[in-house]
Amino acid sequence: MRPARRDFLRRSGALVVSFALFPAARAQQPGGHEGDGLPGSLRTTPFLDSWIRIDASGAITVCTGKAELGQGIKTALLQVAAEELRVPFERLAIVTADTHATANEGFTAGSRSMQDSGTAIRNAAAQVRELIEAEAARRWNTGVDGVHSDAGFAIAADGRRAAYGELAAGLSLHVQAKPASRFVDPREYRVVNRPIPRVDIPGKVAGDVAYVHDLRLPGMLHARVVRPPSYGAKLVALDARTVESRPGVVKVIRDGDFVAVVAEREWTAVKAMRALAETAKWQESARLPDAASMPQVVLGLKSEDTVIHDKRAAVPAGARTFEATYTRPYQIHGSIGPACAVAHLQDGALTVWTHTQGVYPDRQAIAQLLGMPNEKVRLIHAEGAGCYGHNAADDAAGDASLIAAHLPGRPIRVQWMREQEHAWEPFGPAMVARVRAAMDANGRIVDWDYGVWSNTHSMRPGPAGNLLAGQHSAKAFQPAPPKPLPQPEGGGDRNAIPLYAIPSAHVVNHFIPEMPLRISALRALGAYLNVFAIESFMDELAAAAGADPVEFRLRHLEDARGRDVIELAASRFGWKPGVRAAAGRGRGFAFARYKNLAAYCAIACEVDVDAESGRARLVRAVAAVDSGQVVNPDGLRNQIEGAILQSASWTLYEAVSFDAARVRSIDWATYPILRFGAVPETVEVHIVDRPGMPFLGSGEAGQGPTAAAIANAVADAVGRRVRDIPLKAARLRATRG
Amino acid sequence: MKLDVNGQVHDIASEPDTPLLYVLRDELHLNGAKYGCGLGQCGACTVLADGEAIFSCVTPIAALGGRRITTLEGLGTAARPGAVQRAFIEEQAAQCGFCIPGMIVRAEALLRAHPDPTEAQIRTALQPHLCRCGTHMRILKAVRRAAKA
Amino acid sequence: MTLIVAACASTEAPRPKVAAPRPAADKALLARGEALAALGNCRTCHTLPDGKSYAGGVPFKTAFGTVYSTNITPDVESGIGAWTEAEFIRAMREGVDREGHNLYPVFPYDHFTHVTDDDDRAIYAYLMSRTPVKARHPHNELVFPVNIRASMSVWKKLYFKPGPHQDDPARSRAYNRGAYLVDGLGHCGGCHTPRNAAGAEVPGRELDGGEAEGWHAYAINARSQAPTPWTEATLTAYLKHGWQADHGVSRGPMAPVTDELGDVPEEDLRAIATYLVTLMGSRAAEPAPAATQAAPSEGAAIYAGACAQCHDGTQPLPFGGIALPQSIGVSGESPRNLFNVILYGLPPAEGEAAPMMPAFEGALDDRQLTQLAAWLRVRFSRREPWTEAQLEHELREARRKGGEGARYPAGGNAIDPAKGS
Repeated sequence: MRPARRDFLRRSGALVVSFALFPAARAQQPGGHEGDGLPGSLRTTPFLDSWIRIDASGAITVCTGKAELGQGIKTALLQVAAEELRVPFERLAIVTADTHATANEGFTAGSRSMQDSGTAIRNAAAQVRELIEAEAARRWNTGVDGVHSDAGFAIAADGRRAAYGELAAGLSLHVQAKPASRFVDPREYRVVNRPIPRVDIPGKVAGDVAYVHDLRLPGMLHARVVRPPSYGAKLVALDARTVESRPGVVKVIRDGDFVAVVAEREWTAVKAMRALAETAKWQESARLPDAASMPQVVLGLKSEDTVIHDKRAAVPAGARTFEATYTRPYQIHGSIGPACAVAHLQDGALTVWTHTQGVYPDRQAIAQLLGMPNEKVRLIHAEGAGCYGHNAADDAAGDASLIAAHLPGRPIRVQWMREQEHAWEPFGPAMVARVRAAMDANGRIVDWDYGVWSNTHSMRPGPAGNLLAGQHSAKAFQPAPPKPLPQPEGGGDRNAIPLYAIPSAHVVNHFIPEMPLRISALRALGAYLNVFAIESFMDELAAAAGADPVEFRLRHLEDARGRDVIELAASRFGWKPGVRAAAGRGRGFAFARYKNLAAYCAIACEVDVDAESGRARLVRAVAAVDSGQVVNPDGLRNQIEGAILQSASWTLYEAVSFDAARVRSIDWATYPILRFGAVPETVEVHIVDRPGMPFLGSGEAGQGPTAAAIANAVADAVGRRVRDIPLKAARLRATRG
Repeated sequence: MKLDVNGQVHDIASEPDTPLLYVLRDELHLNGAKYGCGLGQCGACTVLADGEAIFSCVTPIAALGGRRITTLEGLGTAARPGAVQRAFIEEQAAQCGFCIPGMIVRAEALLRAHPDPTEAQIRTALQPHLCRCGTHMRILKAVRRAAKA
Repeated sequence: MTLIVAACASTEAPRPKVAAPRPAADKALLARGEALAALGNCRTCHTLPDGKSYAGGVPFKTAFGTVYSTNITPDVESGIGAWTEAEFIRAMREGVDREGHNLYPVFPYDHFTHVTDDDDRAIYAYLMSRTPVKARHPHNELVFPVNIRASMSVWKKLYFKPGPHQDDPARSRAYNRGAYLVDGLGHCGGCHTPRNAAGAEVPGRELDGGEAEGWHAYAINARSQAPTPWTEATLTAYLKHGWQADHGVSRGPMAPVTDELGDVPEEDLRAIATYLVTLMGSRAAEPAPAATQAAPSEGAAIYAGACAQCHDGTQPLPFGGIALPQSIGVSGESPRNLFNVILYGLPPAEGEAAPMMPAFEGALDDRQLTQLAAWLRVRFSRREPWTEAQLEHELREARRKGGEGARYPAGGNAIDPAKGS
């Protein structure tokens, strides 16, 4: 049985010392220049042994600065490494995001893991293999062209062989990568582009220690935070003494407006938290806008406007103009497992186990929070439930760290409650998009004007002030001023520029600094609303032109790979122009290239809408995806299927509920998501194979197209267009009378 | 009090009003049952009591003396998975995997009562369970596969 | 002999099915018909779960066997598309079908007989405007002699008094309107009145309390056991929204009723409330029972670990469950619904914010359930404790029959958590 991962409890310092604390570490700050010109994350972390390590026994460890979020990245990176190293897959182990052991690859986000880390590992592995082959050639006094590698051995033309471990003992892998590598020919792939089973699933279905929630350290205490009732509330009174005197309660911590209770047993902590909350008196000041008129609120907030696309051409006379406004409310990540972290302050050094997407940035925030130097703070990624962006993980790490600082010497485990996760996680922001287009007599779009209004989509740490513990503690750190994420990635304006060939197009990003509710990155960022808007509008234009929706898109798309996924999805769905779905049903289509530079995804779907109640269900979805070189086709399918069902839930049901002072959707009753009763009959994902092409991030490619495909199918079913997410029953109900 | 978990009787030190979930995780160090909501809304904490699926997050141990508790760990190990676990591995029915133990335990209860369930019965049985990653289609496939095995 | 002759005489020859000529229906008439159909709740009895609206096929288990509701969409072949307006009115008034055969009083024509001709016309127009659906259903499975429709003439002679509603001139307009709706379309007594061995509502015991789908339908007259008496305002709110802070959530078979009533003009709901509150009479509100009332017991430990997280929690009303001193489930005349709710929970609504509750069926055994219910009764109500025999009987019935009525999510149009309490 292969070692699937290191036991993070027993991770020894020895292997790590040679790597973590020496000059190489300084090169690991993103933006470092040592690796300029190198592919992927080699640019910031150019040394080969930052990625691949071989010990004397021949054990090979792959190191990545990315984190396993349930997207299967560990398996995929192992596949890439195994392929280029020419080593059996089972022989490799992988270490993920650890500020003392792995490269700084920023956040595991933006669907960049394969592009950043996969590319770095692919190159590093290939170059390590080259070094090993060169070493073998040197030892055998033969030309390196006569040496090849297989199954962890370097093999000479005459059959002599030497194991990697033996060869690596005489080598230093602490060498800078070269800009180019001699890769394995994709036609000879043995593990890449194979559906290798995920290395982490067997342990998870058996109850092995797998998540940060499963960590148990000697002497560990259980903590719960008492959160304020609303944003900005100030603690006026608290009766800590009564709760502190309960048997099993170790301490009540009050640090400014940050309140927590620590106990020996977990249930004691939960009960103490409730009792403590009842004694707490808060002065509330939050004034939240009217949820029902959020689009008007968004449009009314001050914005910084940037033209992100401007191509002008004369508009022919007689062109008809159309316009529409599309909106999206605040929505939650809603991880199934509320956030958790364990922190241990011992001898002036802090270790934190956390499911943050970014151990380095979160480390910096926590170091600032506690006034400690970075080197004294170690963050180790341990898995959480699916995060889908910047959820409460970083905050839990901040909470645990702050509490640990008040109780040095004891490991502190903080578990967020469900209600706290729903109310305090940073949401996906409310957004508005306005589009106006002109079409000529031949049904071609000749002018396009698009504006999107949104907050930033990233308030990640950053500074301590981006953590709740930082904001609420006595030091009252301030959040960083929000900044837009620049194109071509974009934040609120991600995918705001249509991929279609439109001769005259003008796109404006209206960046809104003021954040009435706490927000940050939610899977796909602005692309969810922008693709929803653009692809709904394409259907509206198609209908006005009397054109079939699929044909209308092809009419305007020159990108060959985009055309391929559109045609594949349509054909596998059985899309025929003019053929209508059965009564009460509708079919819809949508397409986008995530960020206009990552994976291509087209989706055709069928919905069922009950006219009397307005209740809509997704019944069938067929997707086609082009991710460039596929590493794990099953993992890719899993991600796209998941995106389709998650986005269906967002699009049909979800909106954060809040009144004038407080967030009110605080559990699954008040914020319902998709349940099995409404799950589709079938979901198919078809992959377009592109061997040898660069990896294209796919984890977020399905969110936007699903939303639009469903909206288009609903419009087809009810004969009426709804432009506001969620497409709730009340909006779809047949009009009265 | 004493609790029979996966065939072993344990002396439990926790107070009687403690939900079973915390006893399983913190006293017995069993990881399968998970804290997802503590409100009986998501199913991540599901275990079996005398073969019936219950939410361990809202069942105090005071109510479970004399019952035979089965958790995920009682169905098989990573080295020797049980039939339902094996089906989930074969179908790769997991993304983050957090909701999966609850699904597996519920499926086990379903298949013990209905070895050849209809699609409708499977969906109804899983209705109390939430999956946020959208793994529903594979979960259904895994349960169908386990039923056939 | 006479009865059989009388039954035969009322039978007409079967007539061909062609689409009936229909009077013109304007928007106002259709809107009124829709509201009246909601008050009569045609939809719930005539629509299968996940089925097409009004297409029938819902099985009703009676003491005499199973009756299936009919297809009342305007499909000519399998629905009522061939029915004339006059035939529809006759069915509502006299309980006979197009050919004059008796209808089974599972269709509550003992109440619908009170509906005026004008209202029947509006309902007819509304139903005829629905989507026609082809749907045939299983034959009724009834024991002899009930399986012969003619035998219902005996039942009708004993228990059925046809004829439209008569106002009481001494009462207000709202009262009379409410009485008309409650006795007629609302057919509240259909669930809320006890029935005799013949399955008929017991005369003189109107609204004293009854049963539906294994759930107890509480007394809604002077025998009401609600800890806080209903007022016109609170009862109107409950009927409209499916919940009310002093009384709880509409659930079980009442849930689809309030679902429908949410779309009815509010003045009709106020009229119903006026009538019922008048029947209930005035009563002082009761103080909440003291916290020290109940002796600590196994019930207390179960409550602390299983129930308190929501019922003593901070979720906004009605989501966390109301404070139990307010609950008719605990203070009511029967523990049946308390057992139903604990056993089966309250299922989530699809895509809508709604109260939900987990099912404790597998977690608690019979002894624990009776202990818990007994403890709740003493701790949270001022009523006589339920007897052990009563608890055991009602738990047995809840296990046997309550699951049926437990499938409905909480009643009420979508509740906005921001506007809850």
